[in-house]
Amino acid sequence: MTDAAIDISAGAFSPGTSDAEIEAAAAKAARHRRRTVIFWRVAILIAFLGLWEIAARQAWIDPFFYAMPSAIAQRLYEWTTEGTSEGPLWYHLYVTMEESVIGFVTGSVAGIIIGVALGRNRMAADIFSIYIKVINSVPRVVLAPIFIMILGLGLASKVALAFVMVFFVVFHNAFQGVREADRAMIANARILGASNWQLTRSVIVPSAMSWIFASLHVSFGFAIIGAIVGEFVGSRYGIGLLINIAKGSFDAAGMYAAIVIVMVVALGAEYLMTMVEDRLAKWRPQPLHETQ
Amino acid sequence: MAIEKNAPAIELINVSRRFLSPTGKSLTALRDFTMTVERGEFVAVVGPTGCGKSTTLNLVTGLASPSAGEVRVMGAPVTGIDPRIGFVFQSDALFPWRTVIENVMAGPLFRGRAKSDATAAARDWLARVGLSRFEQHYPHQLSGGMRKRVALAQTFINGPEILLMDEPFSALDVQTRVLMHEELLRLWSEAKASVVFVTHDLEEAIALADKVYVLTAGPATVKSVYTIDLPRPRVVADIRYEQSFINYSRTIWADLKEEVETSYARAAA
Repeated sequence: MTDAAIDISAGAFSPGTSDAEIEAAAAKAARHRRRTVIFWRVAILIAFLGLWEIAARQAWIDPFFYAMPSAIAQRLYEWTTEGTSEGPLWYHLYVTMEESVIGFVTGSVAGIIIGVALGRNRMAADIFSIYIKVINSVPRVVLAPIFIMILGLGLASKVALAFVMVFFVVFHNAFQGVREADRAMIANARILGASNWQLTRSVIVPSAMSWIFASLHVSFGFAIIGAIVGEFVGSRYGIGLLINIAKGSFDAAGMYAAIVIVMVVALGAEYLMTMVEDRLAKWRPQPLHETQ
Repeated sequence: MAIEKNAPAIELINVSRRFLSPTGKSLTALRDFTMTVERGEFVAVVGPTGCGKSTTLNLVTGLASPSAGEVRVMGAPVTGIDPRIGFVFQSDALFPWRTVIENVMAGPLFRGRAKSDATAAARDWLARVGLSRFEQHYPHQLSGGMRKRVALAQTFINGPEILLMDEPFSALDVQTRVLMHEELLRLWSEAKASVVFVTHDLEEAIALADKVYVLTAGPATVKSVYTIDLPRPRVVADIRYEQSFINYSRTIWADLKEEVETSYARAAA
């Protein structure tokens, strides 16, 4: 992942060093660098968790509020093996993921379609921009009670909340991406014979794709926020509900355990997204490693 | 619509083109501009930077329409984008997310040709510009000269009867540029298209063209027209050392210089 150019310090090679030797040295330096990065990453994590554990055990911080890593691990173990007080953990996770994924997919598809459509039509963009600004200024979480009132405690209200969280982010980037599309490239496509629809599909959308992907990265996180906030406000299942119940019973370890689960899921989604993007964006230049 | 069989490829008759600046002021890019390009003729347009050279090309494509006057292509007024026109841009207008062959295929596919047909045609054109080995490369993996050759193949595959070129080689280094001139003249002599080649490089204009139009500092109008009577086929790398070439160069430069100085003085003021 870390593709920083590898800098081999000047003067390290005597004249007459062969290319193979330089390459071998560069590969060795790269391995060393990677190992150092991983070492420090792990070391910092261990130090952080260790300090937390010790601080809680020594009562420097109150374990009642801050829990401790071992208690959180214990709670995660219980949840995965015996299930939560509200039923199996997997079901709660499934419900939250279902809400997030549906909200994410519908929100980003709608965001892309409307973003591209308004990006292509200046008149419509000028007319609707004021409304989009107004709606966008509403903090999304205040919509949670309204959605729950209208759509009930089930799936629909959380999907709706995840949808509005995702939609505006993706919409803005799609819109901007379309506006930034290269003029010469558009003119080229039109002269080569592209119809309006062909132009949109094979020039405008691909060139907006890097903008759109940048928004998809953050917006899956937003979809999870939407789903969990919805579950806080009112639900029968979901990770948000687990956090809410843990809060009600002053179960700090339970709250942190739920956070860990959400973290893992969000990281997994991020990883998946990067993989998809790398596949789609194989036309982009790779950074070169410089040697001296 | 009565289309004359032997009408010139391109006619611009007393054309003016005004722009509105973002602040709402009206700017004139072209004024009483008249130019005729015969079929199969290679015309070069030179003029000071920013005088409105590119505007003339946009009027012919139909991407822009004149504020006054008339633009005719093959004897008929321009109403939209004409499929008989090809355009090579100054900047890199290739689609970076498509491979070389997909870029070349773009035109035929946009125009509704079958995929197998388009692939075969694209292979043929890539062979003609010497890029067969780079079919599956992406534009960023090629050098500037190779990208230009892809752009030429992308344009020529549509079999344009009119070829418009907007300073196509200005971003290339001098050696590559000479190679591209040879390449262009070869493709042009095979395709028998009419060409309008906009450039700020006078030597390039003389080496390539049958006729050189010198434009005035903006708003642009035609200052003078020179017929370049150098024999074809020309070897661009050598032609610049011939006495007649040097004579043309000296005469036209004396003419162009005044306009460049006017334009420069205006920019400095």
